[in-house]
Amino acid sequence: MSALNQYMSLYDEHSKLINANGAGPLNDLRAEARAALEGMSLPAAGSDNYENCDLEAMLAPDYGINIAKIALDVNPQATFRCDVPLLTDTPFMLINDTFAASPRAMENLPEGVEVGSLRVFALDYPKEIAKYYGRLAEMRNPIVALDSLLVQDGLYLRVKKGIKLEKPLQLVNILENGVPLMAVRRILVIIEEDAEATLLVCDHSQNPDVDFLALETVEIFAERGAKFNYYNLEESTAKTSRLSALYLSQDEGSNVSIDGLTLFNGTTRNEYYTRFNGEHAELHLYGMGIEDETRKISTYSHINHAKPNCVSNELFKFSLDDEAKGAFTGRIYVAPGAVKTEAYQSNRNLVGSDDAQMLSRPELEIYNDDVKCSHGCAIGKPDELQLFYMRTRGLSEATAKLLLKQAFMSDIIDRIAIPTLRDRLHLMVERRFAGEKSACAGCSACGK
Amino acid sequence: MMDNYMLKVKDLHTRVNGKEILKGINLEVKPGEVHAIMGPNGSGKSTLSMVLAGSPAYEVTEGSAEFFGKDLLAMPPEERSHEGLFLGFQYPVEIPGVSMVNFMRAAVNAKREYHHEPPMSATDFLKMMREKRAVVELDNKLASRSVNEGFSGGEKKRNEIFQMAVLEPRLSILDETDSGLDVDALRIVADGVNKLKTENNATIVITHYQRLLDYLQPQFIHILYKGRIVKSGGPELALEIEERGFDWIKEEVDKKEAEEK
Repeated sequence: MSALNQYMSLYDEHSKLINANGAGPLNDLRAEARAALEGMSLPAAGSDNYENCDLEAMLAPDYGINIAKIALDVNPQATFRCDVPLLTDTPFMLINDTFAASPRAMENLPEGVEVGSLRVFALDYPKEIAKYYGRLAEMRNPIVALDSLLVQDGLYLRVKKGIKLEKPLQLVNILENGVPLMAVRRILVIIEEDAEATLLVCDHSQNPDVDFLALETVEIFAERGAKFNYYNLEESTAKTSRLSALYLSQDEGSNVSIDGLTLFNGTTRNEYYTRFNGEHAELHLYGMGIEDETRKISTYSHINHAKPNCVSNELFKFSLDDEAKGAFTGRIYVAPGAVKTEAYQSNRNLVGSDDAQMLSRPELEIYNDDVKCSHGCAIGKPDELQLFYMRTRGLSEATAKLLLKQAFMSDIIDRIAIPTLRDRLHLMVERRFAGEKSACAGCSACGK
Repeated sequence: MMDNYMLKVKDLHTRVNGKEILKGINLEVKPGEVHAIMGPNGSGKSTLSMVLAGSPAYEVTEGSAEFFGKDLLAMPPEERSHEGLFLGFQYPVEIPGVSMVNFMRAAVNAKREYHHEPPMSATDFLKMMREKRAVVELDNKLASRSVNEGFSGGEKKRNEIFQMAVLEPRLSILDETDSGLDVDALRIVADGVNKLKTENNATIVITHYQRLLDYLQPQFIHILYKGRIVKSGGPELALEIEERGFDWIKEEVDKKEAEEK
């Protein structure tokens, strides 16, 4: 029996309740999502594009889903300490699956910036939201179909024409509950013509002993000439599963950076689907994962060069130790007629133990001759000669390996445009490799 | 009974990928001495330096090496370094992403920890780095760069001597530190080594050329050929090599080998 059945049953029995705590445009897509799930079979673990990823196993546990929006006895705002020195005075928060209003975060925002609860905006401006919601994400993707079936809230960000938001916005996703919980959320971002913004999304799990599943779909519209940086930092726990599908559309002359940074996780599946709809647009898609113990990470990316004269730069780096498992599948599609395309893809992996595993599949699919494309992947151990050189200077093997691992991730971090975040991440990565075993350092939630 | 030998290598045999490279090396070094090891390409000079520094790529099959009475071969490379052994690499290794200053701080503090000393304060460390840089006229900007990355050939070799200055070894093995250097760079490197020389430390210099030896003035010259030290002598031996090359020594050895068979 498919793990999807329990979610379909839940919907069939409680669709009224789900809709009551949802909103028009969100509710409007549920029937389509339900139809897509009917008869859908989840891709088998290890099948094409799902290497080291078992959706069935990730979705099988009987998580609680708070569709009735019962007030949970949690108050992460009181105890939560963000590891990144706050980029805004008060970040926006999604506590589990619900947007937590933090009025102060709304202050000092320039006119023309709309940001807040997706549900609230969908209730207030259903027609506007319906123009974008669900327009990029594909229902044939089980993550999207499930998300669309059950989602009731999330973050909405719209930056209107020509508005340049200098200060980054920050969204903190917090999972906190006493018993296993699945949080279903959605992020919808519209950066209008010539507008600029940066959004940092931090994912945390507050209780390391509880099983969580975070299910999210992200849709980003970068209109003509828009500039947008999206950083997603996961610092969850070994018992947290994450299923994330990000869809990006880029109009002419837009410039977007997407950066998926996994510092601590349990089992993570990150998908990125991007499409150029206009010429002279630029995409930077980066990511890293630090995986040890029995953590798992599987990454899939699909970059669609549908139009000529666009540039994409893709770099993913993973470090795997102990019994960690990782996979990267990256596809670049260059359409017939998409001449003068520049597409560069690279996946580099450092595997530090015999029991760790990394699978990598770089793929280029090119349908015209006038392009500059490259792809490459490397999976290797720490360099023996570098290790020996460092040891002859007195560094222990462990210290030498530590420095090499930190160095391995440094170019990913150096590409981050926010200096505070960049400096902080260097430190966090150093500490992570130095053996800090959880994301607890900045958090006093559990009182330990 | 105590003697004042710093390094005692006895009948050292080494294998790499199943092939025997060193076939019985004997070498003794006392504090204050400078030894030069010369020899044709492929004779085992670099292998000897790598084995003494503890490279895991080389397997010692026979023989022993003592460093101040301790079993050198039983120590991991880092412990050899803490005990005062330094290898200046023929090809210094590039380590992208690790800054010179972080690398040296880690090295200095690892040694201090080994000798039960507290880590050096940031101020003292930076002051020391400044002083040691001056020994080889190393540009300050290199300190913030990644280890050897983007360094010119001369900068890499000067960087080796800079690290030697920082670590203050008791025995330095300099493997072809003169290769790839122009006249000025050679003088700077050689002056650096001479500045660091005391009556308590010693140097083994591996080289093909008399130029470096003119600066360093070794008392002992050893010729390595086919994995053995086949000839030892004073400075005059180096001059003879400079004049006549290695062929006459090779012939001597090969003839002797043939007779033994």
